[in-house]
Amino acid sequence: MRIPLSWLRDYVDVTLPIDELAERLTRSGLEVDSIERYGIEGSELPWDRDLIVVCNIREVTQHPNADRLVLAEVEYAPGVFHTVVTGAPNIQQWKGLGPISTPVRAIYAKEGAVLYDGHVEGRVKVKLKGKPVRGVMSDAMLCSEKELGMSDEHEGILLLPDDAPIGVPLVDYLGDAVIDIDVLPNMARTLSIVGMAREIAALTGQTVRLPKPTVKTSGAAIDSNTKLTIEATTLCPRFTATLVRNVTIKPSPFWMQRRLTMAGQRPINNIVDISNYVMLELGTPNHTFDADQVAQNHIVVRTAKPGETLKTLDGRTHTLASDHLLVCDPTQALSVAGVMGGESSEVSPATTNVLVEAAVWEPTIIRRMSGAFKLRSEASKRFERGVDAEMLDLAQLRLTELLQTHADGTVAPGMLDVRIVAPRAVTITLTTHEVRRILGLDFTVDQIAALLAPLAFTCTAVDAHTLHVGVPSYRMDVSHTADLCEEVARMYGYDNLPSTIMADELPTQRTNLALEREHYVRDVLAAAGLNEAITYSLTSRTSAAKLNPAELESDDYLHLANPLSPEREYMRRDILPTLLESAAVNIRERGMTRLFEVGHVYHRRADAILPAEPLRVAIVVAGKRHATAWNAASADSIDFYDIKGIVELLCERLQLSGVSVAATELPHLQPGRSATLILTVGKESHVVGSFGELHPDARARFDIPAMRVAVAELNLELILAHASVPRYTSISRYPAASQDLAFIAPIAVSAQAIEASIRKYAGNALSSIELFDVYAGANLGDGVRSLAFRITLRSTERTLSDEEVTKLRAKIIRGVEHDNGAKIRS
Amino acid sequence: MSIIDQLAAIEAAALAALHDITTVDALSAWKSEYLGKTGQIAKLSRELGTLAASDRPAAGQRFNAVRTNLDAALADRETTVNAAAQGHAFASEALDVTLPGRPLTVGRLHPSTRVLRMITDIFAEMGFQVWESSEVETDTLNFELLNIPADHPARDMWDTFYIETPPGAEKVLLRTHTSPGQIHAMRAHAPNPVRVILPGKCFRYEQVSTRHEMMFHQVEGIAVGTNITFSDLKGTLIGFAERLYGSGIKTRFRPSYFPFTEPSVELDVECILCGGTGCRICKHSGWLEVSGAGMVHPDVLRNGGYDPAIYSGFAFGMGPERITMLRHGIDDIRWFFSGDERFLQQFI
Ligand SMILES: [Zn+2]
Repeated sequence: MRIPLSWLRDYVDVTLPIDELAERLTRSGLEVDSIERYGIEGSELPWDRDLIVVCNIREVTQHPNADRLVLAEVEYAPGVFHTVVTGAPNIQQWKGLGPISTPVRAIYAKEGAVLYDGHVEGRVKVKLKGKPVRGVMSDAMLCSEKELGMSDEHEGILLLPDDAPIGVPLVDYLGDAVIDIDVLPNMARTLSIVGMAREIAALTGQTVRLPKPTVKTSGAAIDSNTKLTIEATTLCPRFTATLVRNVTIKPSPFWMQRRLTMAGQRPINNIVDISNYVMLELGTPNHTFDADQVAQNHIVVRTAKPGETLKTLDGRTHTLASDHLLVCDPTQALSVAGVMGGESSEVSPATTNVLVEAAVWEPTIIRRMSGAFKLRSEASKRFERGVDAEMLDLAQLRLTELLQTHADGTVAPGMLDVRIVAPRAVTITLTTHEVRRILGLDFTVDQIAALLAPLAFTCTAVDAHTLHVGVPSYRMDVSHTADLCEEVARMYGYDNLPSTIMADELPTQRTNLALEREHYVRDVLAAAGLNEAITYSLTSRTSAAKLNPAELESDDYLHLANPLSPEREYMRRDILPTLLESAAVNIRERGMTRLFEVGHVYHRRADAILPAEPLRVAIVVAGKRHATAWNAASADSIDFYDIKGIVELLCERLQLSGVSVAATELPHLQPGRSATLILTVGKESHVVGSFGELHPDARARFDIPAMRVAVAELNLELILAHASVPRYTSISRYPAASQDLAFIAPIAVSAQAIEASIRKYAGNALSSIELFDVYAGANLGDGVRSLAFRITLRSTERTLSDEEVTKLRAKIIRGVEHDNGAKIRS
Repeated sequence: MSIIDQLAAIEAAALAALHDITTVDALSAWKSEYLGKTGQIAKLSRELGTLAASDRPAAGQRFNAVRTNLDAALADRETTVNAAAQGHAFASEALDVTLPGRPLTVGRLHPSTRVLRMITDIFAEMGFQVWESSEVETDTLNFELLNIPADHPARDMWDTFYIETPPGAEKVLLRTHTSPGQIHAMRAHAPNPVRVILPGKCFRYEQVSTRHEMMFHQVEGIAVGTNITFSDLKGTLIGFAERLYGSGIKTRFRPSYFPFTEPSVELDVECILCGGTGCRICKHSGWLEVSGAGMVHPDVLRNGGYDPAIYSGFAFGMGPERITMLRHGIDDIRWFFSGDERFLQQFI
């Protein structure tokens, strides 16, 4: 809401400097977005009191040496004259006509005045210097709006109304400021100059002055021939109409145009401008009809008939539905109630009689219609938030007064007024206890009343602790004690409130293991050298199809009803596609990547409207295993066993038992270099994810150059649910016996299986087991390989004898050979 | 020459020789030459027997004194020679200490994760525990129960992504704030007191720019009980701001509007970049918005299962990305979800 200071001053005395007022407003919930100053102190272009003044153009004559220039004889103080050279097109009309009968008021700047250069783009300051122009001295000028910093208008000089006082400093006549306030939805009462004046009066201890319009009525009363019927009674709490006859359509007065412009409204003609002016001044949107286009002089407020159409002022034709609200005559729709007028009854240059509507509408229907027709306007904005029905009488008086004064109209006596909803009379009981309970402030009823009274709440003390608070009609935001508490706190000043620590009982504190472990997963992966990424939850099937082409046709994705772009149209079902897109950027940029992400994916459920949101971890690593440097020899490139190492580390650090790995084939992984992670709990085995090297075809689809890219994606929920706290194992004080055993086994026999056998036969004496060599070669024969393990045997109770070690070793060898078809390598 | 004179001559020669020795090898040769079992002193001592019995004790003492003297001189010389040898070794191993160190492969947490943890840690000390709820929500939870009915002008404050649902089904959306968690948490705790912090991902239907993202994190907190006031909210939030930005940071507590709180407030802190004089980041106001907050609206308390006549509470919300951007001087929010390691590796 843009508030011109001069307009505000009509209704309240502004006692604070502008900056202080702005800070006061901001601290009271009316956040000042900006302050624009025109000519006054503190503005970007202050208008010098002595050098820029209101003047009179007495005569315009041709410049002797230039066709396009004229000489204006200017009176810039009573009886003081000067000749100004100008090319302004809007005074050419008086050229060569001798002394002008009604002298034209303009703005005169003397040599030395600082103005904006009207001939260059943007705002460039120049100091006015005298110089001859084609033989005539030019040391003063007549100013355009652009040169004064009032607007970007530079078509001609600014002409002032005839009552502008000659010789008066321009800053006194037009100097102004506009305070732009970000009005929050609950502050609809301040969407007007008068509303803002009320608020400022309350905040600064002043009194608001409401406008007191005077109207002289004549002719037949409005109700002698005009009728009003409200059919849609639930949607129109109050409707009023007045009639002004014999209006003259012309531009509105200069001051009105100036105020509208500063407030952000473009002046059109006197009728439209008066309508907008009263809306801005009193917060009551209104509408003017050409009364002669209203059939049978009968206004009907009703909902639309199915299929009915209406052409609005913007030239669009709307097809209406039965939940749209219209202002009609008996033959057709005239306007969309509270949103936009129709073309057929629009006030035109031919209009002579004007029917003025001021009404209040049910807010939600206005919001629905302005949304449906994409017609958000200053009017609909106010109606949506609520307009004070008690303001309509004053609005009608003000409208007719201005139409009488500035459109030369004759106001018909009377006002049609259909009132469906009685005036809102809200009284709230507020106790000192409640103020203490909500705000933590110990106030007496008198203190509370003193804070609320300036806001026009009527406070009646019922007893020492209780107030009955009457709510003004325009405070539609106040209906609870909580709302009153806010007003008490606001008037007391939020900054004056004490800062206290909660004295309430501490709620039961609970452990959140899943969250702690989720944090831990991030910490472990970061410690393992991976960077945590967070990628978009919104994605496309095209992106998912890079990982697995089948996703392109999948119906399993949650689809946005209103996507912003095709790249972010679906909710991800896996993390890897978006993470790989990021990885691809890193690889192309730096030849390597080490990323992980912990986050949710979204899976549609058949039996619920909300999806499942399983928690996943995804990992992508590629490139050199270690950073290389002048003193770090070139490192090997990452492969399958790097991602496996990371997965193993995670399982180990989470103390996950019952995990195993199985070779697998998946569309996105290279066959032979892909595995699933299996978690066995009791008798049930769950696949908790997969890892391996990205399939070369998928790699190419992500536009990653030829290299091994190792990836994993695991379901964290199951993993975290089965994580455990490490159990201490006592550390033996007795020496260990190490045994190196190499087995030759068919390649199909997994290392995991042989290790399991060793564990089984070694029993309690096994301290550790390490696979230290894997070898396959011609000397061993085809289809077999050698797996060499270092087995450490140790007892916690005594030193193992050589004999025991030898027996155990033989038992392990026998067992492993028997279970796996392996042979000990001698 | 007497034996004693010979001994004195050997001693003098030994000391002279020792003085010139600079290597460990020469030292051991000197040691065997003079002090060894077959060394000069040992050899001479065999002639002690030729002395008169009465002279022998004094001569023996003299031999011992010379040995002690030479042992001490040797130890002395050894120290010098060893130090010199070590000095040579050090010189040959000297490095250019200005060359870069050997790189370690370390990973880092996402800056949003770190700031989220910082925030939740501070509130944990005040008894707030983390509570999480789903990212895809119903219109009812995201709006209706938070006192934002359909066709309410406040809906303009949240541009929303909706999920396609069959006609007639309840509207499903990507939560625009973590506030639905307030209802979930209240319903899980009522009528017992609740004090939780709700971190999580949120979404807004918003064109992505340097300052706006369609996805972002939010942290909300809510405390409900029988003895919680607006002044407590002020104390809690200012305490938080002091922990985050340092005690003594200037704060501003000003009225605001949220449909789910009444009274509502915005907490500003003095701009940490310009110190309150006004800059581009604070839009020349000298203040930065830190948190929107307020007393939980009676209707929302009721929707959470509490009688607003008995219970009261406060709620607050803030954006970790914004806090992160201010903290590290990041000028473009789009890096947060880029997964670009050139960005991620800039933080600790
Ligand atoms: Zn700043």
